[in-house]
Amino acid sequence: MTTSVVDERQVRTPDDVVLVRQAVRQRAVDLGFNLVDQTKLVTAASELARNLVQHAGGGVVRIESITDAPRRGLRLVFEDQGPGIDDIALAMRDGYSTAGGLGLGLSGAKRLSNDFQIDSAPGQGTRITIARWR
Amino acid sequence: MLSEILKAHDTAILQRWVEAQTTGNGFRPDRMSAAELRESATEFMTALRRASESGTGDIHAASWQEVRDVLNSLSAQRAEQGFSPSETAMFVLSLKEPIFQQLRESGGLVPAKLADAIWETSTVLDKLGLYTTEVHQRSRDSIILRQQEEMMELSTPVVTLWDGVLALPLIGTLDSARTQVVMESLLQRIVETGASIAIIDITGVPTVDTLTAQHLLKTVAAARLMGGECIISGIRPQIAQTIVHLGVDLGSVMTKATLADAFAVALDRMGMAVRKAKRRDGRDAREG
Amino acid sequence: MDRFPILKLGEYLLVTIQFDMHDRLAIALQDDLAEKIVAARAKGVLIDISALDIVDSFIGRMLAQVAAMSRVLDAETVVVGMRPAVAITLVELGLSLPGVRTALNVERGMELLREHIEARRRR
Repeated sequence: MTTSVVDERQVRTPDDVVLVRQAVRQRAVDLGFNLVDQTKLVTAASELARNLVQHAGGGVVRIESITDAPRRGLRLVFEDQGPGIDDIALAMRDGYSTAGGLGLGLSGAKRLSNDFQIDSAPGQGTRITIARWR
Repeated sequence: MLSEILKAHDTAILQRWVEAQTTGNGFRPDRMSAAELRESATEFMTALRRASESGTGDIHAASWQEVRDVLNSLSAQRAEQGFSPSETAMFVLSLKEPIFQQLRESGGLVPAKLADAIWETSTVLDKLGLYTTEVHQRSRDSIILRQQEEMMELSTPVVTLWDGVLALPLIGTLDSARTQVVMESLLQRIVETGASIAIIDITGVPTVDTLTAQHLLKTVAAARLMGGECIISGIRPQIAQTIVHLGVDLGSVMTKATLADAFAVALDRMGMAVRKAKRRDGRDAREG
Repeated sequence: MDRFPILKLGEYLLVTIQFDMHDRLAIALQDDLAEKIVAARAKGVLIDISALDIVDSFIGRMLAQVAAMSRVLDAETVVVGMRPAVAITLVELGLSLPGVRTALNVERGMELLREHIEARRRR
């Protein structure tokens, strides 16, 4: 699998979340995803970017075009140096939320993506990777 | 080296190249005229000359963007015109011969330098030929995909039964991809027509698997989220059994045995009713 | 000045969400709306989201909150104009917008509001 065109951005404020959405939308369009798939990608990105701002004190997102011949895809990596997640299984459960609200961030992002991976431990920050293939 | 020879002898090389192609076996005058061929050839050679001056042989470098752009549109065009990937690649590879010929004729080149020049030309054109094949393939794939989507849309038209009532009669087996396309276009039509009710009729569908059933349900849920309502009609006994066996929960989705029943419900929901018309003399319109 | 012009249509208020929703604006919207509902003695609120190309859980939550808040102020809310791609994604996401009524467009939304308000008056 090859990775190309990596775009890395800081995500600290709600305005940054908007910029991430726009960047992901553009990349998805460039890669030729259909409208529904674009929407799923941007929505998942919005959920995870908001998490960075609200729960981790900010972080970084990498937008990467990936190729696993012959298919092409878009991978998004959300990384932070926040508190880390204690119980990943619990955090992934629908309806779970530490800050109130509908709490679908992680599980929702997973449902909207083809690939989903989460690495996290208390005190060690969190890295969440999602990908969608054309 | 390549750049020098291209700059110094571009006209001669172009002439030989175009001639070789138009007189060769691969030429298809029915698909492309000699004039069009000449135009493509000129465009490619100009871009190639400029790129070769950049000093790098890496065709994916920024300085080769122009060449890639030319080949991108050329390959896509050829794919549309029905040329095979090999035929399209030959366009690029056939440029080797006229360049080699020119290199020999120009004389004044030490054998070692001549060998270098030939190697450089060969490597670059090979890479570009391969690149063309890749692009061609991708174009063909997307053309096929587009044709499939068009066929899917054509084969399941959304019908307006009445002002505000849409019907989607599904026919044949529903695979995952087709179902998705069809459902998306139904939702789009609901928005466009502002229809209150959409009837999805599956009388013409012999079997339904779990994935299809889920797509149907997701479509109904999406329509509801948007503010529209769906009724599923035409559920055959076998399909009803399958749905139960698969453990699919229809939830609050309304189902009717026939499209006619569903239509009656739709009219009723909209506060309308069908009644027999009376002739002016008070007798029923159908009587003699 | 609000970023969302809030129009008064008889007994109803119409808010059209036009920009990519910034979090601060979402909160400002709720505040503005609460004030206007009371000031105009509105019986219904229409929120037009036809310009939104995505609705995530934050925006979904906001819409649910606006509906709840309006109800407390004796006004009904209807969200209109949800795009198909958004609806499909919300279903996939598992978000159901509890307590939020929806309609295809402003016209249908107003019909819906009329019906509900009539129904409540008759009680």
